[in-house]
Amino acid sequence: MKKIYSRPQSLYDVVTHYCPGCGHGIVHKLVAQVVDELQIREKVIAVAPVGCAVLAYDYWNFDCTEAAHGRALAVATGIKRMRPETVVFTYQGDGDLAAIGTNETIHTANRGENLTTIFINNAVYGMTGGQMAPTTLLGQKTTTTPHGRKEQEGRPLKISELLAQLEGVYYVERVSLHTPQQVINAQKAIKQAFQNQIEEKGFSLVEILSPCPTYWNCSAQEAMDWIAEFMVKEFPLGRIK
Amino acid sequence: MKSNNKENCFRKVLMTGNDAIAEGALRAGCRFYAGYPITPQNELTSYMAIHMPEYQGVFIQAESELAAINMVFGASAAGFRAMTSSSSPGISLKQEGISYLAGCELPAVIVNIMRGGPGLGNIAPAQSDYFQATKGGGHGDYHSIVFAPSSVQEAYNLMFAAFYLADKFRTPVMILGDGMLGQMMEPVVLHSAPLEFSENIDKPWALTGCKDRNPNVIRSLYLKEGALEALNERLQKRYQMIEKTQQRFEEDFVNDAQVIVVSYGAMARIVKSVVKKLRQRKLKVGYIRPITLWPFPVKAFNRKKTTVKYLVVEMSYGQMVEDVCLSVPDKKKVYFLGRAGGAIPDTGQITRKIYKLLR
Amino acid sequence: MEHRIILAGAGGQGIMLLGKILAEAAMKDNKTVTWLPSYGAEVRGGTANCMVVISEEEIGSPYIDQADSLIIFNQPSFERFGNRLLPGGILLLNASLVEKPAFPKKKIRLIYQPFTDIAMKVGSVKVANIVALGCFLAVVKLVRKETAIEIIRSKAKEVSPQIIELNLKAFEEGFILGQDVK
Repeated sequence: MKKIYSRPQSLYDVVTHYCPGCGHGIVHKLVAQVVDELQIREKVIAVAPVGCAVLAYDYWNFDCTEAAHGRALAVATGIKRMRPETVVFTYQGDGDLAAIGTNETIHTANRGENLTTIFINNAVYGMTGGQMAPTTLLGQKTTTTPHGRKEQEGRPLKISELLAQLEGVYYVERVSLHTPQQVINAQKAIKQAFQNQIEEKGFSLVEILSPCPTYWNCSAQEAMDWIAEFMVKEFPLGRIK
Repeated sequence: MKSNNKENCFRKVLMTGNDAIAEGALRAGCRFYAGYPITPQNELTSYMAIHMPEYQGVFIQAESELAAINMVFGASAAGFRAMTSSSSPGISLKQEGISYLAGCELPAVIVNIMRGGPGLGNIAPAQSDYFQATKGGGHGDYHSIVFAPSSVQEAYNLMFAAFYLADKFRTPVMILGDGMLGQMMEPVVLHSAPLEFSENIDKPWALTGCKDRNPNVIRSLYLKEGALEALNERLQKRYQMIEKTQQRFEEDFVNDAQVIVVSYGAMARIVKSVVKKLRQRKLKVGYIRPITLWPFPVKAFNRKKTTVKYLVVEMSYGQMVEDVCLSVPDKKKVYFLGRAGGAIPDTGQITRKIYKLLR
Repeated sequence: MEHRIILAGAGGQGIMLLGKILAEAAMKDNKTVTWLPSYGAEVRGGTANCMVVISEEEIGSPYIDQADSLIIFNQPSFERFGNRLLPGGILLLNASLVEKPAFPKKKIRLIYQPFTDIAMKVGSVKVANIVALGCFLAVVKLVRKETAIEIIRSKAKEVSPQIIELNLKAFEEGFILGQDVK
């Protein structure tokens, strides 16, 4: 019998710590598949964020480092500049990339660092227990916006659109995980973002709308529906740059 | 100072402390520098911008102190000798990164050309960051090795020790200077790495891509029960080793001294000149100058004579004096003279205080 | 013997360079030396000063409260540093830009010469600092004349041969002046 599908070599055979219905597991696998497909496992270096995905190195079978909260792209800059022959990517959540690390994000992009960023937007802080994120939708209830986010608390920050304005940025695409077809699109975008780095094109970022049923207080299916119904309206999918 | 490095080999040149630190770092193998402008250390950053390319290294003017220290983290994780520099307010911003370096057991060199504080303070020389430098600075139980050069030549020399010990003990190392040392020029002999610091240290832990080996992971998060305690015990054991082997100090006229003046860095230059002058007057005065502030040179205070009085002189309101108190048998014998906010205890003040203690 | 010199003037008068040449010449003559600039916000507003200590032994503070010599190029600098001279010290004043002080209380040695005017006669206002250097070194033999000339040559070399000539002429004018006033 012919084997047509198996666990990527870049993914350890372990159970993740993520909640049921969480998007991180899916994206971890997509990244691992892309790394395998591009045959770069032995030269890839991941920078894990502070957030739910901090333990990504327990799942990825390649070199990884942690970074302080928000500083992933500064760390990645240091690695890539010293080892241009490696393929360096950051994996960051919305709080990490678009709140505490906004400065690093914008300036790394503006320098046009030849890096790849996987940006998980789930509109909430997961690891700390469901607080408002920079990407939280207006009206969305979180532990720090108990009556729903109001304008004064900031509107959902469209960091991808902001970054697309910068000349140093080569590629920005927003994808989602809410249907199998979207997951396939997400993998294509991730592959493109890595391919760009291999071809020394400059800074590439893939924003992924990802479910967090635990802090959206809903079931896994409802979470997917919520992305389709509300998130994609605020954060339109497709190639931004 | 724009100078061609190859031309300068072993030559004596007139250099600022800032330039000499940068030149020393480059010759000690530093190949990555990231920094952010702040006075009085700016010459160091521009020296790196000019000369790092001659060594095929990387220079980045970072968007912030936070970015700078974390770029250094990345370059160090990739296995290279990396450094950043700043002055007091900027060093406060770097503390998070230094704590992560310590927790991740990554070598790095951080230069603090201290200025007056707290807050924005001023740009005059000061020694008010002693606590921050020697007692951790960031969160968690850690230490950085801290060197306090008192001349431009010594600042240059210590860079070799700094990078070597950082690699050897996988720890951040801080050079604690001040505005005076950073800005002043003195003749410097540009020698190459001393033998004791030239051994190449393997970094099997570095991130290089996992070709022909298992993946490397750089981390300071340890959630499994007991795992973080194990990391801390490993660090503490290393710190004990450093305390045992790395204490450095200079002393003179201490054997028959009734008063020993203790000071470090630029302050020690002034103290030394006072002590020498008083010795000419046959007064029994000596000095101890800690070169490592952490580990504090406790050994220097180990003497049988218990009548000795210690006068600690600092450009602060009393920080190192606490370590002196912990190092002597009777802390009632420890006296203090200090000024801060850009003021420096002058020779007259020091002399009068010594006379008072000799009475 | 330690000699402590404060040099002060307006930004652009070449005060820092004058201090550096003095310091480098001292180094070349195998003396110990420190050079400390004013820096940061202090240099805004057009004043510049530096402090040079030349000695045979290890130097303590590079900062100078009380100087053995003052080299002063403009009026504001005189207001600021005029009272920092030790009794018996040398006050080298640029007569082109500083009023002649009233008879000083302390016993000092005043050398009051129009360095800026002399420089203009030599060929450029920019070499007033070098005229002063020549004059100062003729009065106080802190470093050898040949060494100072060597340092001036090497500094000017980076610019052009004409600049070397101009500076050497300025130095010589100053030196003769210094010998005369001795």
